[in-house]
Amino acid sequence: MWETKYEKSSGLTDKKLSYCPGCTHGIIHKLVAEVLVELDILDRAIAIASVGCSVFSYDFFNCDAEQSPHGRACALATGAKRVLPENIVFTYQGDGDLASIGIAETIHAANRGENITVIFINNAIYGMTGGQMAPTSLLGQKTTTSQDGRDQAHHGNPIHISEMFATIEGVAYLERVAAYDPKHVIAAKKAIKKAFQYQMENKGFTMVEVVATCPVNWGLKPVDAMKWSKTAMEPVYPLGVFKDKGAK
Amino acid sequence: MAKVLMKGNEAIALAAIKGGVDAFYGYPITPQNEVPEYLSKHLLDAGKVFLQAESEVSAINMVYGAAGAGKRVMTSSSSPGIALKQEGLSYLTAAELPCLVVSVMRGGPGLGSIQPSQGDYYQATRGGGNGDYHLIVFAPESIQETIDIIKESFDIADYYRNPVMVLVDGLIGQMMESVDFDRPVKERFLPEKNWATTGTRNHPGRRNVANSLYLDPQALENHNIHLHEKYKIVKKNETRYELINFDNPEYVIVAYGTMARIARSAIEMLKKDGIEVGMIRPISLFPYPELAFDQIPESTKGILTCELSMGQMLDDVLIANNGRKKVGFFGRAGGMLPDPEEIVAAIKNFDERVVK
Repeated sequence: MWETKYEKSSGLTDKKLSYCPGCTHGIIHKLVAEVLVELDILDRAIAIASVGCSVFSYDFFNCDAEQSPHGRACALATGAKRVLPENIVFTYQGDGDLASIGIAETIHAANRGENITVIFINNAIYGMTGGQMAPTSLLGQKTTTSQDGRDQAHHGNPIHISEMFATIEGVAYLERVAAYDPKHVIAAKKAIKKAFQYQMENKGFTMVEVVATCPVNWGLKPVDAMKWSKTAMEPVYPLGVFKDKGAK
Repeated sequence: MAKVLMKGNEAIALAAIKGGVDAFYGYPITPQNEVPEYLSKHLLDAGKVFLQAESEVSAINMVYGAAGAGKRVMTSSSSPGIALKQEGLSYLTAAELPCLVVSVMRGGPGLGSIQPSQGDYYQATRGGGNGDYHLIVFAPESIQETIDIIKESFDIADYYRNPVMVLVDGLIGQMMESVDFDRPVKERFLPEKNWATTGTRNHPGRRNVANSLYLDPQALENHNIHLHEKYKIVKKNETRYELINFDNPEYVIVAYGTMARIARSAIEMLKKDGIEVGMIRPISLFPYPELAFDQIPESTKGILTCELSMGQMLDDVLIANNGRKKVGFFGRAGGMLPDPEEIVAAIKNFDERVVK
């Protein structure tokens, strides 16, 4: 007798993921998909895909989707959510998309308290375009456009999105999580679930920042990339709940 | 409803409401501010969506989000603001999403001025967004015509699944005229928006995706061909123009919008001087009414293109004329409006105006 102990979430399509080995996008996709199914909101969800490695996420999440111009995901989400307030609208954006070109759209969506959920993948680099410096790249981090390492005097400091957004009144829930080991993956799922629950309760803008990996562009093996995510990134981007309007 | 005296920008807003607009997303810029100001009150009062965005870039992308969701959605702006919307317009046309964009032109380039201009003909008909695409562009000459076109534009956008731009200038936006909002709109069969991203519960078994990414070159070429075929149908069905005083004219003026209004006065003045001058007034700028040029009589001596720019529609006149007549140009720019006498003088000294 066979008993199904584990299967792919029905929140994902059968499309083969386009992500590199060891990249945490696949894990986070799974978490989002499982949450949409567990909360029974998949059939009223609208995913807003961004530009970057996750550009094809419109083909991976098993729900309706809109593919956004670079950085504009929160504007699309705002436009869609305002006309379809009963639907669940979420964006899935990397650090180049959200923290660089799309920071205005993201800040103002947060400030308006748009009732949307943002899944923000921070891997400290531009993955899709081949490893250029991101606003979240660490000081000293070597990228194809900071070949001697990110220099504070020249490039400025890594931008701390969660710390910045914690100051915005319209934000209802904001947590930074990681995906480098099972314990943290489980915690990440809890955070994502809470964010979507808050959206269902019309609490306001919710965002989960995930400290993620990019083994290929970091030049590290998958296991080493998970370690770097923990040892190099996490000290710069400490995990935790930055805002929770629902907390007692 | 009886005729009312109304300002152009407010009439644009009310016409959009009459046309069934569900949502407006925009950003303040002169000389179109009365459009969002009027809608901010009346759309919200009607339980519809009005949102002032943080930028024109964001506004057009909010339009994308709501258009993808199947709603009747619009934005309005003016020259530098329309420049910022070009990215979104390219995506909207690529993803085949309908919307209305009202462009109230002011002087340029750069920050330019806030006075009326037609310097954005290229911007409207050639676009600043990337790729092979067209907006459907109408350029009315009066507030009444603006109202009539705006009321119809949501139907046209929905029918072709393509953004429609209504292109006016600051004069039409700021002046007042006596207008009627209840003139009938052409009936069109509009298919259900079964492509809208409203959640799979509304269309079980099918995911709807608004997208413009085709990494496979053959797939993208197929999409390009599909869009091109659509534009050919638009050209066949939606080409609009008016012929004025076309009974054996000695010269023909080509002018649209406010410049056509001024040219009408010039044509009357020339008539008194014994010179018969006709006018082709393009109402659709894309598709451009090239067919109208076939109706210019053999005896006509030349075509004078008149614009509130240094000569942009002139390109389309030269293409449509195809070397048949001498083509001249008269233009004022920077927010300067000519007196009809200047056009009269340009016709009387046509040979000095000839560019080709």
